[in-house]
Amino acid sequence: MGYAIEIVGLKKTYRSGVRRRSVTALNGLDLCVNRNEIFGFLGPNGAGKTTTLKILLGLLFPTAGSARVLGKPVGDLSVKAKVGFLPENPYFYEYLTCRELLDFYCRLFSIQKSERGKRIDRLLARVSLDHVANRQVRKLSHGMLQRLGIAQSLINDPEVLFLDEPMAGLDPVGRRTIREMIHELKAEGKTIFFSSHILQDAELLCDHVGILREGRLVNTGTLQEMLTPKLASYEAVVTDIPEDAIEELSHIATKLEKREERFHLLINGTENLRRMERIVAQSGGLMDSLSKTRGTLEDHFIEFINPQPGEAVNK
Amino acid sequence: MKTWAICLNTFRETVRDKVFILLVVFALIMIIASRIFGFLSIGQELKIVEDVGLASISVFSLLVAVFVGTTLVHKEIDKRTVYTIVSKPIHRYQFVIGKYAGLNLTILVNMVVMGLFFYLLVRLMHGTWSSGFDMAIALIYVEVMVVTGLALLFSTFASPTLSAIFTFLVYIAGHLSNDMMFFGARSQNIFVNIITTGLYYILPNLSRFNVKNEVVHGLPIPPNFYVYSILYGLLYCIMLVIVSSFIFERKNLK
Repeated sequence: MGYAIEIVGLKKTYRSGVRRRSVTALNGLDLCVNRNEIFGFLGPNGAGKTTTLKILLGLLFPTAGSARVLGKPVGDLSVKAKVGFLPENPYFYEYLTCRELLDFYCRLFSIQKSERGKRIDRLLARVSLDHVANRQVRKLSHGMLQRLGIAQSLINDPEVLFLDEPMAGLDPVGRRTIREMIHELKAEGKTIFFSSHILQDAELLCDHVGILREGRLVNTGTLQEMLTPKLASYEAVVTDIPEDAIEELSHIATKLEKREERFHLLINGTENLRRMERIVAQSGGLMDSLSKTRGTLEDHFIEFINPQPGEAVNK
Repeated sequence: MKTWAICLNTFRETVRDKVFILLVVFALIMIIASRIFGFLSIGQELKIVEDVGLASISVFSLLVAVFVGTTLVHKEIDKRTVYTIVSKPIHRYQFVIGKYAGLNLTILVNMVVMGLFFYLLVRLMHGTWSSGFDMAIALIYVEVMVVTGLALLFSTFASPTLSAIFTFLVYIAGHLSNDMMFFGARSQNIFVNIITTGLYYILPNLSRFNVKNEVVHGLPIPPNFYVYSILYGLLYCIMLVIVSSFIFERKNLK
């Protein structure tokens, strides 16, 4: 079957300003997305997420490298017929009604008139906009606009769906609605590629995530892989520990804090854990609690988007 | 079908926007002008109404062409509506042709309404409606199509303000291209001659579309003139749309 999306060595350089200075948006991006998965494309603002999406949709032309969607080069009309796209903060023709707008998009896919009406009714009901079908787009709220955007992205029943910051600016109810819809779409067999900087949503949605920094993919994998630390980490709370044992523990723990006569320790690795247990037992101290810690996507995100000391930043 | 969908959509958007307000302004100007000039020029009321009527149709249609035409593509990029269109299975040239045709359709409807209003006014003043008026309005429409094409071309690479300035400058130069050729031919300087000849062939010869004075004063115009002018105008429009499409096909939609 092959990948849904395949990107090899993608580069994009813009010329901007009066002096036409060169700005690198993408710097050799390599990425593969499997079919029928939810892929979260994460990165801070300006990392190159939207640029990548625009290249995949044929809105921008790459400076170097190549990108294929469903096995064909981007920009191919047969590929465009099988993809859907929701831009960030979507704008539509303000003076058209929701129904007219969707009818317009249907025509761009050469969908026959007999099919158009049924499809539009079905989609408006799906995104809960059937009660405002004949309302002009300019009179819709932000949440409604976002849902209308999703409806237009599904107008051709796409195989691959590109969503650029689909949850941006939505209230918790709106975000939950969109999340549920994305899960439904995956269940229907679609591939969903979405860019976001809201990590909570990515954590709740994605099968795979990729973290982008300064136009390069710095980490990719399943959520499971990312959230399982390379070295097991433990959090312990101990009491009644003499001063000299504290001194010993401070050499083992990565973090040691005193809170109301109790000491909170963070220990990395089972070897250090055993040493800590021995010291506490020998000193006559008491272990109140011990738990294994699990990293969050945010921890990994922060770790990967911050340049490491001495690391050259490619511009 | 796809180009037609974009054309129809452009028409619907411009009609629901503010374009028809111009019609009301036009109607008011016509009424006010015919009343005021009627008082001032005894015996010449009809000629004045005909003159002002044709000039108003021309000016208001050109205003729509310049101000809507120069924002035609730029507004789509600026408001990001273009993203959900170009990402669909359409060729970019279909988008450009659709937008151009849609604005021309809006202007055509505007001109038909203005023309009808003009016709009623002439008839109310007991004037005779000659076929020359039809042809003069048809030529104004072709001229407006050329100006819309210029506005479209500039809007594919420049901001609306710059596009409007460029369009306006080419419009003026286009009306002076005959004179430019005339003075160039009389010049002793070979370079001036080459430049004026070059400009004459590159710039649209918009004076070909202006027969308002001849029609109002009943002067004869050979039928061939109309045919060649319309053909020339249409060919020029096709060329402008091809160049605009060529630029837009290569444009990065940031």
